[in-house]
Amino acid sequence: MEHATTQSALAPAPAPTLRTRVRRNALQIGIFVVLLLLWGIFIVAAPRTFLAPEIYASFMATVPFFGIVALPLTMVVIAGDIDLSFPSIMAVGVVAFVLVFDSTANVWLAFAACIGSGFAVGIINGLIVVRLGIPPLIATIGTQFFWRGVILIVTNGRSEVLVEPKNSPLGQMLVGKIGDYVPMQMVWYILIGIAIWALLNRHRFGAHTYLTGDNVNSARLMGVNVDRTRILLFALVGAAAAFAGLVASLHVTNFFTTLGEGYLLTTLASIFLGGTSAFGGVGSILGTFIATFIIGSINAGIVAIGLTGFWTQLIYGLIITVSVTMHTIVRRRVG
Amino acid sequence: MSHFLELRDIKKSFGEVQSLRGVTMTVDRGEVIGLLGDNGAGKSTLIKIITGYYHPDEGEILFNGQRVEHLTVPRARQLGVETVYQERALADQQSLWRNIFIGRELTTRFGLMDIPRMRAETQRLMQEHMGFTSTAVTPDSPVLTFSGGEKQGVAIVRALYFQAELIILDEPTMGLALSETGKLLEFVEQVRTAGKSVIFIDHNIFHVYEVADRIVLLDRGRVAGEFRTSDLTLNELLDKMRRVAKTGSLD
Repeated sequence: MEHATTQSALAPAPAPTLRTRVRRNALQIGIFVVLLLLWGIFIVAAPRTFLAPEIYASFMATVPFFGIVALPLTMVVIAGDIDLSFPSIMAVGVVAFVLVFDSTANVWLAFAACIGSGFAVGIINGLIVVRLGIPPLIATIGTQFFWRGVILIVTNGRSEVLVEPKNSPLGQMLVGKIGDYVPMQMVWYILIGIAIWALLNRHRFGAHTYLTGDNVNSARLMGVNVDRTRILLFALVGAAAAFAGLVASLHVTNFFTTLGEGYLLTTLASIFLGGTSAFGGVGSILGTFIATFIIGSINAGIVAIGLTGFWTQLIYGLIITVSVTMHTIVRRRVG
Repeated sequence: MSHFLELRDIKKSFGEVQSLRGVTMTVDRGEVIGLLGDNGAGKSTLIKIITGYYHPDEGEILFNGQRVEHLTVPRARQLGVETVYQERALADQQSLWRNIFIGRELTTRFGLMDIPRMRAETQRLMQEHMGFTSTAVTPDSPVLTFSGGEKQGVAIVRALYFQAELIILDEPTMGLALSETGKLLEFVEQVRTAGKSVIFIDHNIFHVYEVADRIVLLDRGRVAGEFRTSDLTLNELLDKMRRVAKTGSLD
């Protein structure tokens, strides 16, 4: 590629001022403030629970189960797509793990099969959506049922005990505890978060993700390989879902055929709460990361405050609706 | 010497619709070609074949006398074809620098994007070519805040940055203010002087006649006629266009 000037002759562009930085990152700042506010309310209303370390160990153990999927799914939404089939892919990955482990007794092979199967199912989703042109919402509702059906047939509906894999080195790496307090899945969640953030914001693949979701025709006209980008994003979600499914199953030392079914709405809620636009082209990994902890703590917080669990849904709904409305208003102002 | 670009008997159909029925044309270096034709004459299809966006059903594409088998958008850009599309081909919510480097992001040795360099290049282009005087506009500004003329400036500067050999301007004066149109025509002159080629598509025959060396008249997917602007007056051109529109041929 030819360039008009050499690098040395080029003055760096001035760094954005603090004010524009604040304005551009209004969404992330906003979601962070919501987290702090909520936390403050919980501490004041239920100090015995929220000043004790146990509750945080519990959040760190359970939030990654859906957070690990929410991160790459944020990229899918930024690209203008959606994937509702990930709960089933979580289970597909663990079934592949169990099958390979039962026949080879090798956890590493089983782990490779788990991630590989998730990736493959993701590719299939991508091909259906991109090559056949089926709207992703409909296509992945279909594949969600299909793969759940496959799991039920293969396992005959039976759950599986995972004592041996959990005690293996792999099990300790995935769901062990550091210093008897920090669960390993939290470490993986942070590492995957950094990797996905870098992929989205520092790699061409991420740039193409934004461009695809912003204006797919412009992206195509300017030579972005839109189809490949979209298919790979579905594959990424598939691999992450399989990984998250395995982590969740090893954590409870059990595989249930219903694995993943409770995570559909919490995962999507985290993405939209985190400031990612449902219309594509705009989104934030950090926002999703923070939002998963808001969503993950609401249930425990409500019970600790002394309200019944019946309030959970109402407050989920309130927080999501209000925050998405706020995002839309903020975005309109910036635009 | 071979032509910079040569199209031989290009055919393209979309389902039942035959958009191009065998188009043959050439583009030489330093030449400005005006591409004229009614709606549905096949202008847009033709340029999207040159830019590698569509693949022709039949026919040959030659760059510098060499046949190019499977022309893609990245390959066409490598060969020096840059296009300023009618629809601008911008991503509105993305920053200016992301739009300038769309599809061709600069990377470091480690394969990550070289954001400081892209921002710096954008800053330089803004000052030297785009005439952004307002300090409110930075390389990080989203493009949706720009006016129509400014957006066009972005699309043109983007084409220039990557050292185009052939710039295709698709309806470039649409939605532009009068002064902006004047600037655009000047820009076409500059490109010709620099020895590069231009394909200029416009509804406004007066603009095309003013800047083009040669005019290619498309009608219903065929080349209905080709003229040097030095060989005929504007009135003669208008006459010929009317006749083609009515009868489909020049005779």
